[in-house]
Amino acid sequence: MSEGLDVTRRIMLASGGAAAALAAAPGAEARLSAEKPDSPPHLPITLTVNGARRDLTLDTRTTLLDALREHLHLTGTKKGCDHGQCGACTVIVNGERINSCLTLAAMHHGDKITTIEGLGTPDKLHPMQAAFVKHDGYQCGYCTPGQICSAVAVLDEIRAGIPSHIQADLLEKPGLTAIEMRERMSGNICRCGAYSNIADAMAEIAGDKV
Amino acid sequence: MKAFTYTRAKDPVEAAQIVAREPGAKFIAGGTNLLDLMKLEIETPSHLVDVQDLKLDAIDKTDDGGLRIGALVSNTRLAADKRVRRDYAVLTRAIVAGASGQLRNKATTAGNLLQRTRCPYFYDPNMACNKRKPGSGCAAIGGYSRQLGVIGTSDACIATYPGDMAVALRVLDASVETVRGDGQRRTIPIADFHRVWGDHPERDTVLDKGELITAVTLPRPVGGVHLYRKVRDRSSYAFALVSVAAVVAKDGTGRFAFGGVAPKPWRVEAAEQEPSRGPKAIAAQIFADARPTKDNAFKLTLAERTLASVIDEAREMAA
Repeated sequence: MSEGLDVTRRIMLASGGAAAALAAAPGAEARLSAEKPDSPPHLPITLTVNGARRDLTLDTRTTLLDALREHLHLTGTKKGCDHGQCGACTVIVNGERINSCLTLAAMHHGDKITTIEGLGTPDKLHPMQAAFVKHDGYQCGYCTPGQICSAVAVLDEIRAGIPSHIQADLLEKPGLTAIEMRERMSGNICRCGAYSNIADAMAEIAGDKV
Repeated sequence: MKAFTYTRAKDPVEAAQIVAREPGAKFIAGGTNLLDLMKLEIETPSHLVDVQDLKLDAIDKTDDGGLRIGALVSNTRLAADKRVRRDYAVLTRAIVAGASGQLRNKATTAGNLLQRTRCPYFYDPNMACNKRKPGSGCAAIGGYSRQLGVIGTSDACIATYPGDMAVALRVLDASVETVRGDGQRRTIPIADFHRVWGDHPERDTVLDKGELITAVTLPRPVGGVHLYRKVRDRSSYAFALVSVAAVVAKDGTGRFAFGGVAPKPWRVEAAEQEPSRGPKAIAAQIFADARPTKDNAFKLTLAERTLASVIDEAREMAA
């Protein structure tokens, strides 16, 4: 998945922090000694976000969500519960949707991340974004980026034949039906209750592409 | 979250060595449960060994006609595997009954086995909890215990094992393969993998520190109707009040394991011998040693009725 954070470098991290891992270049030792001895461990991390390579040096504790929002200033992805219960932080990593709050940026060194900003732009909306607007698939809008990232990935999952809880026959391909989409969207909570309009938006896009 | 160092291991034995040697070191794979607990400082590792590069992500046939599932196979991939859907449908059914699509994409097979209880008192650092802080007491006993365990519990802890996947693995007689830092390997039957709490609820499984799960193996497929029925407060993305994993053969004999009721998937093989006695008698034998609380005594009735419903459904499907 990634082009490795060399395991042998870890020894330096406990005492040295970021500079040690960045090392290699002359002068690294001086930077090392200038650091506070108790500074929390940092790591160099490279992500490909919405097609662009981004190099960061982050506290190991930084979640992928915080890397996107606080360090790359891609604030489209939202922090709701920060515990994987609401789905507002959903992004697409190497083609699969995940909760970006429940994973460390360091775990995604070398990975390809797509956020809501990478799906479409205000001038050129992704069809799913346009369908959410058309069908009024939101009220306050806070959960919407996660809903849309999830919705796009759900249609891919159905087409790929990933089974779901409501599927009657596991050996048949799941259909692009309303009940399939509702079951698969259960990890995205909308407190405004725009669910039926979200389902309509998804149905329109699913219908377009069948 | 407490600060920690982070590395990626390249070799399972090396990973096991580091975690065995260093106090405060832990493995991380999908991280969906561990990071949740680290944010609450219920888990406070000082070093994380990320095992994602260990290449334990294949599903292969075994020599005796079963499957070996790599520890890092995601829940989504395992549920979607064509052989699993065809020959071990109860496993696919159980996995897709759990969590959300996002979580299943990230969570691994080994991590699913190692997920910790969702007891609300375990999750609240202000509450006494013998599992979180041994010796501090159990606020769940006498507290709000509707979701909690009815059997296999102890005076120290009434938490449940929360997962679905392992309940299916229990009726399939799966095994867990591990490796330690000294290279020693062992195979643990799923029946023995999770502990009942006794006086040490802080220990969820029989794994030693630094012992790394490398695979879960399934024996040859078990013929019959495979079902997983999960009863919960909402129809998706919720933990089980009671769940039943079942494989029912044409002659009416069956294997049944229960989730949501105990520290581990709960199965009593002796109760499966005479299916003609009917679900009431079977459930009575399975739950003979139950010690429910006032709040969760309903789970015994629910378990019996869910079992009855599953047996009926299996009959209809076989007909």
